[in-house]
Amino acid sequence: MKIHEYQAKEILRKHGVATPGGIPCFTVEDAVAAAQKLGGKAWVVKAQIHAGGRGKGGGVKLAKSLEEVQQLAGQILGMQLKTHQTVPAGQKVRRLLIEEGADIKKELYVGMVVDRGSQRVALMASSEGGMDIEEVAAKTPEKIHKVTIDPMQGLADKHAEDIARKIGVPGKGVLQAREFLKALYQAFDETDASLAEINPLIVTGDERVLALDAKINFDDNALFRHPDIVALRDLDEEDPAEVEASKFDLNYIQLDGNIGCLVNGAGLAMATMDIIKLYGGAPANFLDVGGGASTEKVTEAFKIMLRNPKLQAILINIFGGIMKCDVIAEGVVAAAREVRLKVPLVVRLEGTNVELGKKILADSGLPIISGSNMADAAQKVVAAAKGKH
Amino acid sequence: MSILINKDTRVVTQGITGKTGQFHTKMGKEYANGKMCYVAGVTPKKGGQRYEGIPIFDTVKEAKAQTGANVSVIYVPPPYAAAAIDEAVEAELDLVICITEGIPVRDLIRTRYKMQGKKTLLVGPNCPGVITPEEIKIGIMPGHIHKKGPVGVVSRSGTLTYEAVGQLMEDGLGQSTCVGTGGDPVNGLKHVDVLKMFNDDSQTEAVIMVGEIGGTDEEEAARWVKTNMKKPVVGFIAGVTAPPGKRMGHAGAIISGGQGTAAEKLAVMEECGIKVTRNPAEMGKLLKSVLK
Repeated sequence: MKIHEYQAKEILRKHGVATPGGIPCFTVEDAVAAAQKLGGKAWVVKAQIHAGGRGKGGGVKLAKSLEEVQQLAGQILGMQLKTHQTVPAGQKVRRLLIEEGADIKKELYVGMVVDRGSQRVALMASSEGGMDIEEVAAKTPEKIHKVTIDPMQGLADKHAEDIARKIGVPGKGVLQAREFLKALYQAFDETDASLAEINPLIVTGDERVLALDAKINFDDNALFRHPDIVALRDLDEEDPAEVEASKFDLNYIQLDGNIGCLVNGAGLAMATMDIIKLYGGAPANFLDVGGGASTEKVTEAFKIMLRNPKLQAILINIFGGIMKCDVIAEGVVAAAREVRLKVPLVVRLEGTNVELGKKILADSGLPIISGSNMADAAQKVVAAAKGKH
Repeated sequence: MSILINKDTRVVTQGITGKTGQFHTKMGKEYANGKMCYVAGVTPKKGGQRYEGIPIFDTVKEAKAQTGANVSVIYVPPPYAAAAIDEAVEAELDLVICITEGIPVRDLIRTRYKMQGKKTLLVGPNCPGVITPEEIKIGIMPGHIHKKGPVGVVSRSGTLTYEAVGQLMEDGLGQSTCVGTGGDPVNGLKHVDVLKMFNDDSQTEAVIMVGEIGGTDEEEAARWVKTNMKKPVVGFIAGVTAPPGKRMGHAGAIISGGQGTAAEKLAVMEECGIKVTRNPAEMGKLLKSVLK
């Protein structure tokens, strides 16, 4: 689960991680009032969207007067902000963060992530702040320093100090940086985060470190024990079809093709998308119905897929283990009737009671195309999407 | 021979009184030598009860002491599953197979830390389990699609593994053991660990490894295979069409920071002498081509 920068900074502040002062705003009037409240002579007007690259996209601007705050807030609020991480049409900006201007002497990078190789949380840091960390990793990997964190002991003082020095925190600032990093790990650990990125981490004129930007992602598996984090969810930042699907316990990811997929099991669902592409088609979505392809779920899945104007055909690929193919077939037939399915439907069933399942589909009177195996089903749905049956 | 589990394995089901635990214990009991293998269940506070004739205990230690159980299967809900694994490890079982999907990563990190230096192996979590066909099945896979034979199967997936097994069966190829390592990013046995076991197993003549996007398990396995594996290995990687940054169902199936793409895995595997296919419908055919 993702949150906005201003929400991440609130969480960091609660854990004692230093950030500039800032106030989230939803209107231009609020923005001006916020700047007045913060005081000072310079403010940064920042678009709040989940995607990165806001600065390059024109969503982060410096204001040197309250008039400029008003003008920039008016410009940025409501804009379609396009970045390399948004869809081509961009994301509408509905929230702003008005922040105190900071005195930036250096820009560094600090990130925490679950490191699968060591099965620990790793702290990664670099002197190259404000840049795309993937680019740094590709071009100058020696500039990225990494330390894995003992889950029982937390981030050790000496590791934190060592990293701070290596990335260029001046001597005077090392102790404060150490506390910053330890507090960052505490925040990460206590909130069940999966990623925390401070890019840039700045060294100020008076040699303190501050989180100028903050991005925190949370482990979806742990949300059940963080209702306060769930409350931060912003549905405007999520794909509406994906939001709808999650209500019915369907694992759905929107893609940009024209062949809808409905599969049981994530690995098989990915393989189904892959085989469609292999045979010249374009998958419209990833959809894992998990262990239960009941009539209700299949109906909801059809409804969600059918809302996609690009949809030309649907492939159902089910390998029934515990799930019986006849039960699935009945569910598919009932669902197809309920939504009055008009696009071509190819169904491939395998596993328990497969012959009975195929018979139910054939006898339904519905124009359901049967696939004898995965390759056959994929070829048939690709042809169907092109208009040939 | 087979690896990890066989007809002499004695199983304790943790979470036996839940619906899922009950159903799959019953199915396990009814498969091959299951009646002799499923000897105990654990649900705290339900000790003294029975399910399908299987005695239930409050703790894993008691279950082991009373019945000789040496392998645990876990069907405990996510908030408590990591603690269930910890309990099995503390009881010094040989193997824990955790089926549960949805365990917080932070819990698994601590559980794996505590497992260091301990003898207990972990398979999963978020996995379909392990089956040695015609001997024993521990997990949720359909027993009837398997048969005994020379092919080892190791996979992160559930239904995609059944697909691979189904294809092998079409060519009359049975399986020595099928291991589902699961879809989580922090977990137990990896592809390389299972390949090492297949390498040493006299019944296994060839291995099919099924992987997916996310992490570097498959690359690590491939590099080991290149210098150590005495038997042919073939592979398939799901997610060539997966978009970056999105969790594709499995918590561990995510391309992040450009790492963990299917293309990269396939390239490394091929470099290391593992024949691969980009067509999931041809996994069986590919395996057949390397079997003498």
